[in-house]
Amino acid sequence: MKAAPVFALAAALALSGCASTNPSDPLETYNRAAFGFNDALDRVALKPAAEAYQTLPDFMRQGVYNFFSNLEDVGNGLNNVLQGKFRAGASDFGRFALNTTFGVGGLFDLATGAGLDKHYEDFGQTLAYWGVESGPYVVLPFFGPSTLRDAAVKPVDFKTDPWLYVKPVRTRNIGTVVRVIDGRAALLDASNLLEDAALDRYQFVRDAYLQRRRSQVYDGDPPPAEQ
Amino acid sequence: MKTFKYLLAVLGLFIGFAAQPAAAQSAAEAPDVLIKRISQQVLDIAKNDPQIQAGNYRRIMDVVEEHILPHVDFERMTALAVGRYWREATPEQQKRLTEEFRNLLVYTYSGAISQVKDQRVEFRPFRAAPDDTEVEVRSRVLQARGEPIQLNYRLEKKADGWKIYDVNVLGAWLVDSYRNTFASEIGKNGIDGLIGTLSERNKRLAASAAKTAQP
Repeated sequence: MKAAPVFALAAALALSGCASTNPSDPLETYNRAAFGFNDALDRVALKPAAEAYQTLPDFMRQGVYNFFSNLEDVGNGLNNVLQGKFRAGASDFGRFALNTTFGVGGLFDLATGAGLDKHYEDFGQTLAYWGVESGPYVVLPFFGPSTLRDAAVKPVDFKTDPWLYVKPVRTRNIGTVVRVIDGRAALLDASNLLEDAALDRYQFVRDAYLQRRRSQVYDGDPPPAEQ
Repeated sequence: MKTFKYLLAVLGLFIGFAAQPAAAQSAAEAPDVLIKRISQQVLDIAKNDPQIQAGNYRRIMDVVEEHILPHVDFERMTALAVGRYWREATPEQQKRLTEEFRNLLVYTYSGAISQVKDQRVEFRPFRAAPDDTEVEVRSRVLQARGEPIQLNYRLEKKADGWKIYDVNVLGAWLVDSYRNTFASEIGKNGIDGLIGTLSERNKRLAASAAKTAQP
């Protein structure tokens, strides 16, 4: 995953500063452009690929999902520990150990059935837990909605992702493509709903994403927002 | 004599139960019990009805109409989404806004129901004082792949039972997700502009929904 040039691009575009009327979205002009770019990319490549992928047998897609989901538990565990959530962290590391060994390299998720819950955490959430503000909303090319804080530390999440250490690079790249398509396939239904529900998709996605992100930071239980 | 009295009492009790109107029963139903009942009903219907599985919107909307709509306070939901402009709207505009927003949500929600496959709903412990008139019921939809979908409901106690007035999907409240869009639409084209935009969208959705009802 060639992250560095993407971030350089995002940063350059973001810093080129665009006057926006909305105080909650100072980068709106740039963001809308990035949103449009992602949308176009999705329409011509990602969505068609995901739709084709959906025709694969269920057990195969389940295996792909489980495999990459298992690798994410390393980062989940680390970030839980960094936030002092030791019980959750232990559960995530336990999941990784169990699924990697008895779950045949993560193809099967035995841990959930064994009562080891998964706790989604990333480094952006850890920073938020430490008190770092999110900063403005940023749409990253290729990666989608984010905030300045989360975008800046995305490389940290890549560092804790075992897949990105796989050699040879060719295998790593093929795996990454499959992973991205699998992730998109999971969102097919949701993105079709969004087409119906949103009057202005950019705005709807932004407002829903920022709320969701805040909710994630508080593990689903955010204090009431100040109006 | 004693036996007779006893019999009479039992009979009275029986009649008392039978005569209790259905509305009173649902008014007495606790909000979490209500949400659990509706969720289970709708999931069961969606999983077992081949027409719904095939994506027949007409059929899905009948189910939504019958099982969900009676428990939703669309007027309050719309008023919250429209925000400060609500009081500037005439009663007629308020009525139209509520109607169009309601239809938009029904179409969207119906789309979600047609996608029900192997999901299960799990409820989080319900906390509320007996005299609360505003509560939140929290649930999660569990699926084979992916993060559980958080699904919370805000309800208000009304004379005819608890009514849902906001829904939280994946951490985002529905009303909050619409508020900015509505405000900017009203800012540009006024309240009638928003009514027009909503109604156009609904016409388009109705047209594509009509196609699914063809045999």
